[in-house]
Amino acid sequence: MKRLVLILALALASPAWGDSSLPPAYWANRQLPDARQEAKAQGLMEEIRCLVCQGQSIADSDAEIAGDMRDLVRRRIAAGEQPSAIRHWLIQRYGAWITFMPPSEPATWPLWLAPIALLVGGALIARARLKKRAAK
Amino acid sequence: MKMLRFLPLVLVALIVAAMVWRLANPPDTDVASGMIGKPVPEFAATAALPGEPMLSSANLADGRPKLVNFFASWCVPCIGEAPVLAILKQQGVPIVGIAVRDRPADLRQFLSDNGNPFERIGSDPQSKLQLAFGSAGVPETFVVDGKGIIQSQHIGPIEPDDVPGLVQAVKDAK
Repeated sequence: MKRLVLILALALASPAWGDSSLPPAYWANRQLPDARQEAKAQGLMEEIRCLVCQGQSIADSDAEIAGDMRDLVRRRIAAGEQPSAIRHWLIQRYGAWITFMPPSEPATWPLWLAPIALLVGGALIARARLKKRAAK
Repeated sequence: MKMLRFLPLVLVALIVAAMVWRLANPPDTDVASGMIGKPVPEFAATAALPGEPMLSSANLADGRPKLVNFFASWCVPCIGEAPVLAILKQQGVPIVGIAVRDRPADLRQFLSDNGNPFERIGSDPQSKLQLAFGSAGVPETFVVDGKGIIQSQHIGPIEPDDVPGLVQAVKDAK
């Protein structure tokens, strides 16, 4: 009985009112007819962060605003705009946060240097150990 | 050297502590607009209600500082914000609305239920205006001065406590 009530409650639960009732924008879930343009758009959409599901790219997100952002990207690419110009337009509005490819600036240097530092550190440790082993 | 054995344990403890701290202090997920201090993007939006006045960037540079409120009939916090917008209007603050992804019939219902404090309401069916303003959701409100320069942004519903600050911000925007 308890389980039945639970199942009924789940089935009848209404989703949070977070979405409009309008259909997705035209280019939200439609590929551009020109494959080269679509590839450009796809590349950019995979590195632009969704404003709502902030861990996802707009290419991955099902949020309405992500659909509207895909529409914006595809429309501008189709109109001949370069991905870098669209990225710049978005960064102007939302900051470098909007892209998963943060620009190299003093604040992000540790981010870019960390992998190199870790590799060098690992190589040094490995060398010391191998030497030790060779000495034995 | 023997103490080094516990280093992994200490590291794990530190990582767990960091995770617990983050869970207890969730990060601020608001996205501030980079358009503060810049002119409003040029646009001409169709009227959200047929027959009513439309909204363009020229209306935002008519010499009177005002509030630009991004809202929607499908947005629940916007219902809570509506009475506060009415108070702001009473205090003489001009407010224009931008209805995000909305339908005239839904919007009309929303305004008749919750009141209509807007001088004009522009329609933004594909969130284009929202993106152009650097806004990330509804409701959001921008203070725009008489020359059409965006002065500040209020993210989320306006609470009664925010009213004096916003009235002052609009006054200062002259």
